[in-house]
Amino acid sequence: MNKKISLLIVDDEESVRDSLYNWFIEDGFAAGCAESAGAALSMLENNHFDIILTDIKMPGMDGLELLKRIKTIRKETIVIIMTAFATVDTAVQALKDGAFDYVTKPFDPDDLSHLIRNASRQIMLSQENEQLRQHLSLEHVEDIIGNSETIREVLHEVQQVAASNASVIITGESGTGKELFAKAIHANSPRRYFPLVSVHCGALSESLLESELFGHEKGAFTGAVYNRKGRFEMADNGTIFLDEIATISMKMQIELLRVLETKNFIRVGGNKLISSDFRVICATNRDLKQLVEEGRFREDLYYRLNVVNIRIPPLRNRMEDIPELVQHFIKKYCLAMSRNLVGIEAAALLKLQEYDYPGNVRELENMIERAIVVGNGKEIRVKDLPLQKEIATISSESLEDLEKKHVLSILNKYDWNISRAAKALQVDRVTLYNKIKKYDLKQG
Amino acid sequence: MTQKKITLFNFGHFDNDLLSEVGAVAGKEFDAVFTFRKEYVDLSEFFDSSRKQYNGNKLLAFVDQRAGFEQGKLIGLFSVDIFIPILTYIYGQAYLNGKSAIASAHRLSNERYGLARDEKVFLSRLIKEVNHELGHCYGLIHCHTPGCVMQSSTYVEDIDQKNMHFCDSCLLLVRNARDS
Repeated sequence: MNKKISLLIVDDEESVRDSLYNWFIEDGFAAGCAESAGAALSMLENNHFDIILTDIKMPGMDGLELLKRIKTIRKETIVIIMTAFATVDTAVQALKDGAFDYVTKPFDPDDLSHLIRNASRQIMLSQENEQLRQHLSLEHVEDIIGNSETIREVLHEVQQVAASNASVIITGESGTGKELFAKAIHANSPRRYFPLVSVHCGALSESLLESELFGHEKGAFTGAVYNRKGRFEMADNGTIFLDEIATISMKMQIELLRVLETKNFIRVGGNKLISSDFRVICATNRDLKQLVEEGRFREDLYYRLNVVNIRIPPLRNRMEDIPELVQHFIKKYCLAMSRNLVGIEAAALLKLQEYDYPGNVRELENMIERAIVVGNGKEIRVKDLPLQKEIATISSESLEDLEKKHVLSILNKYDWNISRAAKALQVDRVTLYNKIKKYDLKQG
Repeated sequence: MTQKKITLFNFGHFDNDLLSEVGAVAGKEFDAVFTFRKEYVDLSEFFDSSRKQYNGNKLLAFVDQRAGFEQGKLIGLFSVDIFIPILTYIYGQAYLNGKSAIASAHRLSNERYGLARDEKVFLSRLIKEVNHELGHCYGLIHCHTPGCVMQSSTYVEDIDQKNMHFCDSCLLLVRNARDS
């Protein structure tokens, strides 16, 4: 697990301590409370806190004196001064003495979020140098199952690339778990305290993707009732994961290149330039280099994204991981379905190890889920697996390739009679003409 | 597995049909039997005249106390504006891993922001708040996954940007908490 940022709240008012404590706990911080400066110093003797929020006016030692003492114990500790009665003199004094910031109670919720975000960033930056020097063991890789040589090599690459800020392209067949590796890179990077924002580019039309990535202003288009932050904005200080990057249009490629170069953008319908500091990780099951050669993917964008390329092996190249994967999915689905853990017959496991998995880990996962649903609740048997029933071969071709083949086969079946073919495909004639044009289909 | 119980205390004179719709979504999300009932409290003792708002900490403690030996999780739903001492306002709060939560509908309606009344939007925001606060009762902390109902929301626009549902990771944690 990542180490949580720890906070100490120092205030003589119990209600303030409780409120802040609840707020920070709900936000995932490790929080502690002290009712006086003396109690805080005692706690600091045996505990480490990254951030200390202290009231100024307290009986006995006040917040400014506490600030000075803390700075002599550990200079790096971030101290934020809170008070109900702000005066310029005390604020200036606090900042001179090394306070990180100075705030007046009560805060606007957004101010508190910003304050802690900035403080977290400061901690992150100070840890970064040390972190880069250290040999890190990978964290948050529990969902990447397997101990084969191939998977260990990939994890080694993840470890090497995580600490840097370089753009990464993750390639691999569909179902290999590219997103899990993106999560692992983010979780082991200095940006891990900030969001990992995922966008499935293939699932969105060009205009939707534009609005999703850049956000939009109220009234920008029909249905834009409110202002909406885009994914780039949400990923500020964190990482954006663009899945199925090969599917984005040429127009979006230009937009994306511009944002990657400047880290600035404007919301759809807006006019204010927004800056965001994010790292990009992309994933695709296509050969981007080939798409560049075919003129379907911009070369400059390709080189901008392809600083590091991590290839995820297909499951058939790491069959020794199957028993471990099977146990993992059994546990996952039994828990999700509130069932007792089931076992697996030796023969069934053998069958699973003989299959070649065109759908990769996702296919294995679906098989196990199905087997638990249809099984006897005690163990997974050979007959619970869809293997023996010659399940339809899952093609590793893209959706576009499949659509092209299907449209062509229907056209040929009806001797290129557009009306009949359109009726069979359950689309209108215009749509069919568009498909013919799109795939450059010709009567053989 | 026996279904767990969630009870909503209606302190805000909310319409039963509205609460039924909240209950339908929340009950499904938590795989729990969701019931609601009308409750009465003299809110004047929770009113802070200097802030012209109601003290959320005190209301939460009151709901927790009112819960008594009630089984399952409880959420008190209010229509007044609530605050906690360090923040200017809150939409709700809960005891993390605890039994009780509160939520306020005061800042959830479009009218408050000068927009036309929209019952659907209001219901959607209410469901999200109820699911979010109950999520804390099940031990969930704020989540960074875009769209997850456990994302922290400062403004009503933030509430609109998330779903009514948990992301896969949070859902798994809810299921684990429920079964433990």
